[in-house]
Amino acid sequence: MAGVTFDRVTKCFGDVVAVDDLSLDVFDEEFLVLLGPSGCGKSTALRMIAGLEEPSEGTIEIGESIVNDVEAKDRDVAMVFQSYALYPHMSVRKNIEFPLRTRKVASDEREKLVHDAAESLGLETLLDRKPAQLSGGQRQRVALARAIVRRPKVFLMDEPLSNLDAKLRVQTRAELIELQRELATTVIYVTHDQVEGMTMGHRIAIMADGKLQQVGPPQAVYDHPANLFVAGFIGNPPMNTVSGPIVRTASDPAGSFGIGVEGTVIPLPAGHCAAIERSGAKTVVLGVRPEHLRPATEGGLVATVAVIESLGHERHVDCRLADGQMVISRLSSSEPAPLVGERVNLTVDPLELHIFDGVTEEAIETT
Amino acid sequence: MHGDAPSPRRTASRNRRRVLLKVLRYLLLTFLAVVIVFPLYITVVNSLLSPQQIASRPPTFFPIHPQWGSYSTAWDAGHMSEYMLNSVIVTAIITVGQVATAILAAYAFAFLEFPLKRALFVLFLATLMVPFEVTIITNLTTITNLGWYNSYQGLAVPFLATGFGAFLLRQAFLQVPPDLKDAASIDGYGHWRFMTRVAVPLARPTVAALSVFAFLGAWNQYLWPLLVTKDDRYRTVQIGLKQLSSTSLDQVNVTFAGVVIAALPLVVLLLIFQKQLVRGLTAGAVKG
Repeated sequence: MAGVTFDRVTKCFGDVVAVDDLSLDVFDEEFLVLLGPSGCGKSTALRMIAGLEEPSEGTIEIGESIVNDVEAKDRDVAMVFQSYALYPHMSVRKNIEFPLRTRKVASDEREKLVHDAAESLGLETLLDRKPAQLSGGQRQRVALARAIVRRPKVFLMDEPLSNLDAKLRVQTRAELIELQRELATTVIYVTHDQVEGMTMGHRIAIMADGKLQQVGPPQAVYDHPANLFVAGFIGNPPMNTVSGPIVRTASDPAGSFGIGVEGTVIPLPAGHCAAIERSGAKTVVLGVRPEHLRPATEGGLVATVAVIESLGHERHVDCRLADGQMVISRLSSSEPAPLVGERVNLTVDPLELHIFDGVTEEAIETT
Repeated sequence: MHGDAPSPRRTASRNRRRVLLKVLRYLLLTFLAVVIVFPLYITVVNSLLSPQQIASRPPTFFPIHPQWGSYSTAWDAGHMSEYMLNSVIVTAIITVGQVATAILAAYAFAFLEFPLKRALFVLFLATLMVPFEVTIITNLTTITNLGWYNSYQGLAVPFLATGFGAFLLRQAFLQVPPDLKDAASIDGYGHWRFMTRVAVPLARPTVAALSVFAFLGAWNQYLWPLLVTKDDRYRTVQIGLKQLSSTSLDQVNVTFAGVVIAALPLVVLLLIFQKQLVRGLTAGAVKG
C-alpha cells in the first residue's frame, strides 16, 4: 500500500488547462474522494496517477517514488472505470484474471486469486458468463474484482457508481466502504455526486476549473466551506447566499455592524464583525445552510413562499425575496410548514452565518 | 369517443393500401431476384445438357437427363485441379496478407498518435480512387524487374495491402471503447497484445467481412494473372476457364461445368459468411 502525492501538477491540453497547479497528499490507506462538477479536472488528475496522461508540469509520487516517467502497467495501480471497461468477448473469469495473466502469475495461483476475488464480491456463480449477460450491478462487481485481484498499491475509481440505478448505488456505496476497510488500501475515488463524497471519503478534495478548492474531512468541509464555490457545491439543497454592504447604525454596540439585505439590516455578532474588519472586505456575502434558516412570526428577512417540496422526512420551502433571489429553508416533516404564497419572516441564528468576501469569494474565518 | 378517431371505413382502406404496397414490393423483389439468379441457374442447367440441347430452340430450362460427364471432362481435360490449386495458393496469400496489413494500418490510424496521421489516412483513402488498370503497367514493370514474372510472388504481392481494408477496419476499431485501451494499459497490455487479444476479437465481424472481400477479389482476378504468367504452372482458374472455352468449342457444356466448378468455392464461402459480409459493410453506419 502507498500514499500518493501531487506536487504542483499542471496538465494542459493545448490551450486548455485541465489541472492547474495541484498539490495534494493522499495518505496511505486513505479513502480520498475527488469531488467536483463535470470538466473540473478531477478525472484528468486520476488518469495522471494511473499513467494514462502525463503531467505538463510538476511531479506525482506513489509511495516514495516519482512516477512521472513510469509506464501505467508498472505503477501498481488498478482502476475501475465508469463504463466498467470489461472485455466483452471474455468471460467473467477471463476478465478477472486478465491482469494476472499479463503479470505471468502461475495458473494455480491465478485460479486461487480469481476465486478469492470472486468470492469476496459474490461472483462465484457468474464466472463463466460474458459481460453482456450480466446486470449493471454485476458488471460493476466484476470490474471491482478485476481491480482487487492483484492487490495493487492504489485503487483509482472513476465515477464507478454513475451507471447504477439509485437503489443499487446506495447499496454499492456501503459495500465499497466496507471493501476499502477490509483491503486496508489507498483509494482515490472521483465523483461529481456530493452524497458519495460526503458518505464515502475519509477526506474530500473539491476541485473547480482545474484548481483544488478545499481538502478536508466531509463534515469539516460542510461546516466550514473555504469559499463560495464549496459552500454552493456541498450540501443539498445548497447553502443560501445573499450579498449586501456593511451598514453601521448609531444603535450598534461598539465594534458591531450589520449587513444590509433587502432593506433589512442583519446584525452580526461582535466576533464576526472583528473578522470582517481584519479581512478588509468592503462587501460580504452571507451564507446560511437551509436547516438554519427558520420561519418566524417576526424579524429577519421577509419572503414569499414559492414552492414547497416534500421529501417525506423533510420539506424544502423555497422562498422568494423581494428582489427575486430564492432562498431555501429545510424543515423536518413534523414541523408546521407555511402555505404556498404566504409571506414569512425568515430568521437565522447569527452564529450559524457563514461570511465570504464579496470580491475574492473566500470565506472569512470568524473563530 | 374522441372526435379524431379514424372511421372503420378509413381504417379498412388504409389496410388495403398497405397490403397492396406490400404485394407490389414483394413482386419487385422477386423480379430482381429472378434477374440475378437466372444466369446462375442457366449456367448450372447448361452444364448438365448436351451441346445439341443447349443449341436447340426453344431452349431447355430443365435437364431431364443430366449429363454429369461434362464435370469430369472439365476437371480432367481442362486441368482444373492445377488451376484451382494455383488459385487457392494465390488467394490464400492475398487474403491473409490483405487482412494482416489492414489490421496493422487500421490499428495505427485508430489507436496511435503520430505526425501527419490525418494526411496519411487521406492518402490511404485516395488510393481507393485509383483504378487498378491505371497502375497495371507500372506494377508489371516492377514485378518483372524484381524477377517475379511467372511466379506466385508476382501474382500475389501487388495485392497484399489495400486502402479499403485499412479504412474498413479502422472504422471497426474506432467502435472499441477507449476505456478498454486504458484498462488494458493499466493491466499491462502493450499495443501488440491489445491489438491481438482485444481489438481484433472485438472487430471479428469486420475482419471476417474483409477476408471474404479479399478472397472474392483474388479468386476472380483475370487480367493480372494473365499478364504476369506465361505457362500453366502458375495460371489461375479464371485463365483456365478461358482456355477451357477455347479448347472445347464444340463442347460448350464442358465450359459451363468448368464455370460451376470455379464458382463453387465462392458459393460455399458466401453461404458460410453471408451474415458477416452484410454486417461488415454496414458496420459503423449506425451506433451499435
